[in-house]
Amino acid sequence: MSGHTRVSQVRRGAPASLALLAAFFAAWQWGPSLFGIPSFIVPPLTMVAREFVHAWQFDHLLFHTGVTVAEVLVGFALGSLFGAFVGYLLGMSPTAEFVLSPYLLALQIAPKVAFAPLFILWMGFTVYPKILVAVLIVFFPVMVNVLTAIRGVDPDLINLARSFKATRAQIFWLIEFPTSMPPMFAGLRIGSTLAVVGVVVGELVGGNTGLGYLLTFGEGQANTPMVFVSIVMLTLVGGVAYLGVILVERRVLHYLPARSANRGL
Amino acid sequence: MVELSVVRLEYSNVTMRFAQSGRGTLTAVRDVSFAVHDGEVVSLIGPSGCGKSTLLNIGSGLTAPSAGIALVDGERVEGANAHVAFMLQKDLLLPWRTVAENVMLGVEIQRLPLAERKKRAEKLLASFNLAEFSAHYPHQLSGGMRQRIALARTLAVDPHVLLLDEPFSAVDAQTRMVLQRDLAQTLSKARKTALLITHDLLEAVTLSDRVLVMSARPGTIIDEIAIDLPHRDDPFARRHDPKVNDYAARLMDRLEISRVAIESQAAEGAA
Repeated sequence: MSGHTRVSQVRRGAPASLALLAAFFAAWQWGPSLFGIPSFIVPPLTMVAREFVHAWQFDHLLFHTGVTVAEVLVGFALGSLFGAFVGYLLGMSPTAEFVLSPYLLALQIAPKVAFAPLFILWMGFTVYPKILVAVLIVFFPVMVNVLTAIRGVDPDLINLARSFKATRAQIFWLIEFPTSMPPMFAGLRIGSTLAVVGVVVGELVGGNTGLGYLLTFGEGQANTPMVFVSIVMLTLVGGVAYLGVILVERRVLHYLPARSANRGL
Repeated sequence: MVELSVVRLEYSNVTMRFAQSGRGTLTAVRDVSFAVHDGEVVSLIGPSGCGKSTLLNIGSGLTAPSAGIALVDGERVEGANAHVAFMLQKDLLLPWRTVAENVMLGVEIQRLPLAERKKRAEKLLASFNLAEFSAHYPHQLSGGMRQRIALARTLAVDPHVLLLDEPFSAVDAQTRMVLQRDLAQTLSKARKTALLITHDLLEAVTLSDRVLVMSARPGTIIDEIAIDLPHRDDPFARRHDPKVNDYAARLMDRLEISRVAIESQAAEGAA
């Protein structure tokens, strides 16, 4: 039933969506000259494409993308693991939450990207400060979602497990942990895009690798097409990371009703 | 009818008080004593908030009474007990587990070997005509089926005593009658002992050997009515017995439902 409407939605929506993309590309290609905008302000599509090939051949575009991807992956993995761990810990110990919550709140309010220069002072122009910013920025959405999920577990479910003489560990692994999965994935989705932000800010601040570096390099040379290429690549990296989370989520949360329908990405 | 031999479940002078913020204590249940014998089905009826569910929590060992003791098989209940299993109005099925895996939850927690768990789940699902759904997920099933799976999960741990807290109040009237028959047949076939909390007077009369009537808070037992009718394993047959209505009328009078209703209306009007 819902699958049917979904199919007809795709049938009607896909051409419109593709037409919109074509219109966007056309506007990018011919719009600037039409309005007399010089190409060093908004380079047309073909110029950016040419720069992409050039950067691939001579500016190690693939290498810089690889560095950024690696930093994003490591930062995202560590940040979510750490966030989930602290979320479970605080969720199960109200005392720990009471003691730590003001400090966690302060850290959450502080703009994480502002730590980037500090981390570079500490760790130099390596990949580590970039990873650390990503870890910090991914940590919060995952931690908060896991904590809220653990708090929200139906007490009757816990009582059911207790009535079967479940141990604390069994209650966690059989009830609490699986219950926290859907909110945790919501946090991971947010985290996957934020990880890219954290890494890029780190790369912008210092170092000579990564797409963020390429961005500042292009800026320094007034090479606007290169800036555009970097932005496009960063968007791709974020998109792929987000898609990766969605794919894993679909596998893990396959039991949820009507997951694919009416949900899009 | 039922041999009143072994006492399976007993409450002895059970009192339960709850601390209330800034308003002293609230006595939910006062000095309740009764016993349920082996193979007997006893219903507990009473107005809302009279502490019926509190008694059930005490029997299952989830809450400790303020005074008095609960006993299962003659042993004092202290913490959860493997011989008692409860079932609530909510089915409490885990959405990430298949039907069979849900039925096996209790025996998995109790660390029975996997082969034995599967055997029990298969047998129970077959007896409830749910075998073909064993690989389904709960969201794919109707409310009545879900509640039957919850009953199967309760029976899978092979408890001596079942504590049932309004198990069928969330399903529609016709499904409820079918579920009541399934429960009655299962309890009778397996000779299980059960304490059933219900608001439904007909449910109490058609499913039980005895009905205990509780007063409003603080809840105490004000009457005990033995249901002296055949067919405890077949509520449909009992429903045809005109005496069922006499029992229901007697319970209604005992609960003073008409007076309570008028009083609560008056209170609402005054407020």
